[in-house]
Amino acid sequence: MSETKNNNKFENPHYAKREVTGPDGKQFIVDPIKDYFSDERPKVYEPNSIPVVEKFLNWARAESLWVLGFGTGCGSIEIPPLMTPRFDAFRFGIQSRPTPRQSNVFIISGYLAVKTLKRVIRSYEQMPSPKYVLALGSCTINGGMYFDSYNTINRLDHYIPVDVYVAGCMPRPEALLAAFNRLKELIKEGKGEKANEYAANFDWYKENQKKIIKDWNMPDYNW
Amino acid sequence: MSLLNIETDRSKYPVKGEDGKLQIDLDSHKYVKLWQGPNHPGVTGNMALELTLAGDEIVESKTHVGYLHRGFEKLIERRLFVQGLPTSIRMCVAEPDSNEYVYSTCVEQLSGIDIPEMAKWIRALLLEMARLQALLRVVPGQGGTFALGLGVQWGVYMRELILDRFEELTGGRVYHMFMTPGGVRGLLPGGFKKRMEENLKEIDQFVINIDNLMYSNSVFKKRAIDVAVLDPSWIDKYGAVGPVARSAGYNRDVRKDYPYLIYDQLDFEPKVMNHSDIYNRSRIRWYDIQTSVDLIRQIMAKMPEKGDIKAETPNVLHWRIPKGETYVRSEASRGEYGLYMVTDGSDKPRRINLRGPSYTQAVALLQDLLVGANIADVAAIMVSLQTCPPEIER
Amino acid sequence: MKQVLEKLSASFEIEDIVYQRDDLTFLSAKKENLINLITHLRDIEGFSHFVLLSCVDWIEDDKFQLTYFLNKPEEKYDLGIRCMIDRKEASMDSAHHLWKQIATYQREIKEMFGVDFPGSPGVDEPFILEGWDNIPPMRRDFDTKQYSADTFFPRERPKTNDPKEYMKEQMHPGEWGEYRKEKK
Repeated sequence: MSETKNNNKFENPHYAKREVTGPDGKQFIVDPIKDYFSDERPKVYEPNSIPVVEKFLNWARAESLWVLGFGTGCGSIEIPPLMTPRFDAFRFGIQSRPTPRQSNVFIISGYLAVKTLKRVIRSYEQMPSPKYVLALGSCTINGGMYFDSYNTINRLDHYIPVDVYVAGCMPRPEALLAAFNRLKELIKEGKGEKANEYAANFDWYKENQKKIIKDWNMPDYNW
Repeated sequence: MSLLNIETDRSKYPVKGEDGKLQIDLDSHKYVKLWQGPNHPGVTGNMALELTLAGDEIVESKTHVGYLHRGFEKLIERRLFVQGLPTSIRMCVAEPDSNEYVYSTCVEQLSGIDIPEMAKWIRALLLEMARLQALLRVVPGQGGTFALGLGVQWGVYMRELILDRFEELTGGRVYHMFMTPGGVRGLLPGGFKKRMEENLKEIDQFVINIDNLMYSNSVFKKRAIDVAVLDPSWIDKYGAVGPVARSAGYNRDVRKDYPYLIYDQLDFEPKVMNHSDIYNRSRIRWYDIQTSVDLIRQIMAKMPEKGDIKAETPNVLHWRIPKGETYVRSEASRGEYGLYMVTDGSDKPRRINLRGPSYTQAVALLQDLLVGANIADVAAIMVSLQTCPPEIER
Repeated sequence: MKQVLEKLSASFEIEDIVYQRDDLTFLSAKKENLINLITHLRDIEGFSHFVLLSCVDWIEDDKFQLTYFLNKPEEKYDLGIRCMIDRKEASMDSAHHLWKQIATYQREIKEMFGVDFPGSPGVDEPFILEGWDNIPPMRRDFDTKQYSADTFFPRERPKTNDPKEYMKEQMHPGEWGEYRKEKK
């Protein structure tokens, strides 16, 4: 996959293959796309063959939802009230983590500018599977009041799969709690399979992503 | 600053070249390029800092914005004057009421509408409440950048109390759309003043608690005093406004200098300090909380009980404004917040341009202020300038 | 303030003065004089605070209007200086040496309107947009709704009918239309 890339005009000089002199004076060749990133496609994970074990795993997943602390839009102003004693999301096993590697829930808090979408896709692919996406606000559903903006996307589910939508501008913390409860129900029923959907329809998602991210200067799958 | 007076080895740090800039050769393996943001807990909102480090000292920094760009100024060119209001207020989520005020006032000035006295009082009340809720987030947030999380928990709860009052008055928690062009949407509900007074009493206690928790805390003092000192000559050079300018000795407050609404009938004195480091910039905001609480009390005591709240306006679907331009400013919690509006005789604005305090402070000023700072202080410096990315890129 | 403006108009060919408010005046200046004028205002007249640099697209006159807002903190007075520049090959002298934040404004206007400011630091780097390959988006001839519809997979909206026509069709299928045609 990595060979097909970087033929557009927005080529990233940091990812070019080059010869580097190390601190000890030795020379070596660096090819960042090959050296720094895995180019393996995401896989579809089959559920465990024993139903009871799968049920137990789903219960465990549902009770520890760790949220990536990435405020992508204005909805992130309602995250501090959600996490502090008044609404206290900690009692549901929800807590925020600073890095995608430790989290499995991604809250897309509102509109996504194209520049942020690029970072969102990278963060989403870095999150370990199984992973879930909550989309806040009308702007992730159909563009909301930014339906005619040249820089915000209209439908999030064309770029990354969405488990639960929360409508409103902006959604209240109570709505967020309800969304988390809904997500838990879905996971416990074994319907939280959006990460697998992403892996199965990987080419379709990539095509959509590349249609609007015109300066695609990163590997196709970077995790 | 060092207690032990250890002479550090400066040979690995860059030296200034002939053009007065630091000479940084990234291939020399002495420096590390590090991105802080957009996905980083130490960055306010969704923006990125590209830092070049020598050891743990920043030798070069660059602000990257655009992660929240929605093209408001283009969108409002396609909307009627009354449709522009709900769109324009979403330009800054931390304090949307300033947007409502400047947008509505621009429309009123250009079409020559005077709003009734009662509407002015309610607008001033809303603006002060908005300032207060924004400050209740940012003042403990300064402690949060030094991992003092307790104040943040208190502050978010106190902000919730004000948001409840907003909800009671306007129906919305964060976005209110209460100051429509021509006036406001309603009067105060019954018992509002009493409940507000109860909340303000809690906030009075919170102010004392924060003083004990943060400003007398020796760790906080060590981290904040004499860090990122802003030279007074930089204020005009970089266009810094609000608490940042006041902490450096410039007595600039839009409410005092250009009294809008009913601020000339209120009695208050913004605090001015003479040494702008992180501690004083945060301390000024702590005084601002007290000013805001005091002003809300004064407004509620002096405001009339009843009166007209809406001036007569044209039919909103056929509201045309003759050719003209104006600039309206108000004092947000971050400083001067202005809107420039140009009309051309049609039913839509020709152009609006927002001037947010962060536009200058988070790009030009932050870039230069970070040079020489420690990597651990970056988050604190950003919060002390109260950066709000959505108003930079809009 | 009027004396100051009279003094200025003698030396800088300013025109088109509009007293918008007690503390706000708009005036127009020529492109060649503009940098000298704002330097004079900053250094001699005490307009030390630079508020805003904005750009307006007057596509029907084939002009861009640049507006420089200066503020005098001592007298609490604002001055908005308009400057009309040609829309084709739009270019303006850079003022980044006067105030530090002007470089940021000029970077934004270069990106959003395509007005060039030669010599301004970093003016060619992308500021807000990333990978943009269309005409500058804030120009009036850029249709943001069309661009959004072409690019961002708009969600299908439910089909709506014009109530008047729909009810006619429901209640008098066919005949109403024929009746109208006959009448004509």
